[in-house]
Amino acid sequence: MIWNSFIEFLSFSDPNVRMVTFGTIFLGISSAVVGSFAFLRKRALVGDAIAHSILPGVAIAFIFSGSKNPYLLLLGALISGWISIYLIELITDRSKIKADTSIAIVLSVFFGVGIFLLTIIQHSGAGNQSGLDQFLFGQAASMRGEDVLAYVIVGALLLIVTVLFFKSFKLLSFNPDFAAASGLPVRFLRFVLNTLTVLAIAVGIQSVGVVLMAALLITPSAVARSWTNRLSYMIVLAALVGAISGFFGSFVSFAAPAMPTGPWIVVILSVLAMISLVFAPGTGMVARWYRQRKNRRKVLRENLIKAFYHIGERAEEFSELVSLSDLQATRDFTSRELSNGLRQLEKRYLIIPDGNKWKLSEEGLKEGKRVVRLHRIWEMYLTERMRLKEDHIHPNAETIEHIITPDIEEQLLEELGYPEMDPHESEIPYDKSKPRN
Amino acid sequence: MKKDEVPAIEVHNLTASYDRKPVLWDIDFTLPQGKLIGIVGPNGSGKTTLLKNLMGLMKPDSGYVKIFDKPLDEVRERVSYVPQRESVDWDFPASAMDIALMGRYRKSNLLKSVTKKDRQIAKEALEQVNMLKFANRQISQLSGGQQQRLFIARSLAQQADLYLMDEPFVGVDASTEDSILNLLRQMKDDGKTVVIVHHDLQTAYEYFDWITLLNTRLVASGDKHTVFTPELLQEAYGGRLTVLSKIGDLMQKQQFPAREKEFKEKQ
Repeated sequence: MIWNSFIEFLSFSDPNVRMVTFGTIFLGISSAVVGSFAFLRKRALVGDAIAHSILPGVAIAFIFSGSKNPYLLLLGALISGWISIYLIELITDRSKIKADTSIAIVLSVFFGVGIFLLTIIQHSGAGNQSGLDQFLFGQAASMRGEDVLAYVIVGALLLIVTVLFFKSFKLLSFNPDFAAASGLPVRFLRFVLNTLTVLAIAVGIQSVGVVLMAALLITPSAVARSWTNRLSYMIVLAALVGAISGFFGSFVSFAAPAMPTGPWIVVILSVLAMISLVFAPGTGMVARWYRQRKNRRKVLRENLIKAFYHIGERAEEFSELVSLSDLQATRDFTSRELSNGLRQLEKRYLIIPDGNKWKLSEEGLKEGKRVVRLHRIWEMYLTERMRLKEDHIHPNAETIEHIITPDIEEQLLEELGYPEMDPHESEIPYDKSKPRN
Repeated sequence: MKKDEVPAIEVHNLTASYDRKPVLWDIDFTLPQGKLIGIVGPNGSGKTTLLKNLMGLMKPDSGYVKIFDKPLDEVRERVSYVPQRESVDWDFPASAMDIALMGRYRKSNLLKSVTKKDRQIAKEALEQVNMLKFANRQISQLSGGQQQRLFIARSLAQQADLYLMDEPFVGVDASTEDSILNLLRQMKDDGKTVVIVHHDLQTAYEYFDWITLLNTRLVASGDKHTVFTPELLQEAYGGRLTVLSKIGDLMQKQQFPAREKEFKEKQ
């Protein structure tokens, strides 16, 4: 059933559906693109404040014109949004009040005045006031053709200006002092970017309303940021996220007309944000969990191979078979760790099984030497370079031995002059094949 | 005109304050061209503030700065600035190449995209600091020393005559410090003027030809042999003048202007 209505929705047979969908997608894109810079400049809260502060401007524009002419409402929104930005900066610069407080003050005062004005309008009985309160939560479904046209024109303008100023905005977001020192017109650039932000919010509230606008502005770039390290990709991805949320928001309110579009857009944005939080490469929870698991497995493998080496070192014979109890006598392995670790070593052909016993393979002996060598040269480094006492160095080396890369190993060996013995007078094992000195 | 007839920087009667508290009091000095110059002083002595005033990033309460005997705006493109490494968020989505290219952004190409020639210059700048192999690396994955070198590369890409660098040796390892120093010396040999904000007294004498000693007021400025005397160092590093810092605190508390309105600087 949902599928059928989805097909019907996709066919866009209803011109009104077509228009509203196109409108919300476009608003999603323009808000996301402009919002990327608010996100990078760490101005997410300012975006929220502007969105709330637009309300009195919209209401006053309506009171004066008595109509819902989109251009007039946009003008009202622009003026009111600009005043709020200016006030936030003024309060922060000229008083002891910090930025977060001044944002909160401006947001609540403007929003309060806006609600007050809306109430007056609603009680004044003006002919077409109905729907004005939809500014609070968005009014995508009730957008008319001329509204959509107006918002699309503004949205397109935003995108064009952003593309034109892309590189300047990039520098302004990363390092404004350097931009100013290079002679870029930083004040002008800030003015343009602020105006874009206010305009994006002014048109964006058509689909999600002032209360939820910050989500449409910031969430797409927050989602996009976790999937890419390139600014241009990030902005395209943010636009895509904005578009997807607009598309599905329209669909939900098409399939279930009682459902509001705006909140659904935000719900979809939140779902995308959650997915990113869990699955994003590198920073996501899954990636982090996987990295930790990989580390744990590596530590276990290396500890186990080290145990084999120690046993061989004591027996002065590395080809002898080693039993579980031999291993446990060397180090406190749980039986699960043992079976898990031995399986890993076997799979890598580092040990060769023989009944209930194992012995090191050629590769395994090399690997064991490597781990023990790293441990012992790190202990040397700790005593010689960091002047740590002998009884402090072992626990430290137990961890660091698993992190040292071949590069660092080489550097350590060179700095220490390829030592023969570690501080505890144990021999530091080298590969015969490796040139010494 | 012979190049060294004009001072690289002339600072006249400069007073600058944060929230009405003066950080620099009536600073007066000139710096010659073609030298490696250290602005040296203890923490909180106003070195960074001085640099910000030289680069026009702060409005002074009084006084003026001239670069090559002209107002800064007329010689912008001959001056390059390297901010402190910690002053930006390195988690910004950009590669090392992106940052080096930022050295090519100018007012004149505000709306244009970067050209092939810009790319070429940025590449050469990266090569000069031995960072070309990291050109495509995400900047958050660079080490502190690499980030510092990247900032210097961005500055080199500006192809200026005068370089102002804020603490370029902070947080870098010994070998990076050496390679940066070699680069700076080479820049000097190419006739550039390099001004470095530096807090480490140990290395200042070895690194620079000319030293400006600062501690909220100018202690001394001149050839290092004349400036690096025990008396002057004691004056710069022996703590702040008690009365001066008391007056500064008072001005902040009372929100007292650093200059009376009627008092206009005669230039």
